[in-house]
Amino acid sequence: MTLNVLMFYLLSGIILTFSVLTITSRKMLRAAVYLLFVLVATAGFYFLLNYQFLAAVQLTLYAGGIVVLIIFSILLTSHISEKFKKPAPWKLWMGISALIVGGALTLWTLLSHDFVKGADVKTVPVDMHLIGNQLLGLGKNGYVLSFEVISVLLLAAMIAAIVIVKKEKNQKSDIL
Amino acid sequence: MIQGISIYYFLIVSTLMFFIGIAGFIIRQNLITILLSVELILNSVGINFLVFNRYLYPDQLQGHFFSLFIVGIAAAEASVAIALIINIYRRIHNIEADNVNEMKY
Repeated sequence: MTLNVLMFYLLSGIILTFSVLTITSRKMLRAAVYLLFVLVATAGFYFLLNYQFLAAVQLTLYAGGIVVLIIFSILLTSHISEKFKKPAPWKLWMGISALIVGGALTLWTLLSHDFVKGADVKTVPVDMHLIGNQLLGLGKNGYVLSFEVISVLLLAAMIAAIVIVKKEKNQKSDIL
Repeated sequence: MIQGISIYYFLIVSTLMFFIGIAGFIIRQNLITILLSVELILNSVGINFLVFNRYLYPDQLQGHFFSLFIVGIAAAEASVAIALIINIYRRIHNIEADNVNEMKY
């Protein structure tokens, strides 16, 4: 067993264990920290697949930014030691059956499909020059349109978030 | 192509992660935990894109850019969702999904 196979099993073990813990933990802050572990292990997958830039983006933006944002909002909206109520049994069974049925169906389809690689495709080394040129490229393999669209989307999301949480002038609220 | 690891291994892990996210989305009632489940789902889809790119089309970077844009969309989605959650908390003083059946009094 080579080292990268060992690393793969370690990372997938972390991912599966902590994703289950994320949805089963009854304390919210713990669930957010478990999600952080899942995201860091996913960045490990990206390193394993040799996409270093995306792994760095995953670590800084996802594990660094989004999780901190979520923890912030948890601290703003709920008490830390508060525990969730147990979910209603029909909801629990519905979730578990969705997991089992959907997972079994997808895995069956997946494992019975034969993935074939194209005839003689060369592996391109993913370096920053290539990523930058393609991300802002206009021609073949250029993604400048989606880059611009997502920048507009981020601007819209930012304005929307500010407008939504803005307090109205005569609103009397004793919290936040 | 990673030596010693078949494409199926990665896909099995991401499939399980996706459906664990779906189950959490159904089971949980708290809005922030639902948001955590959505992050799990988005993350598993990102893994899928990268794995298909690396194993089947390593001469291009399409999956790489899709994953990059998924991270951006996840950031936008999380910020708007958290703004909504804080606003709901101001109005009804908790964030259980069952209690949010009307958006405005």
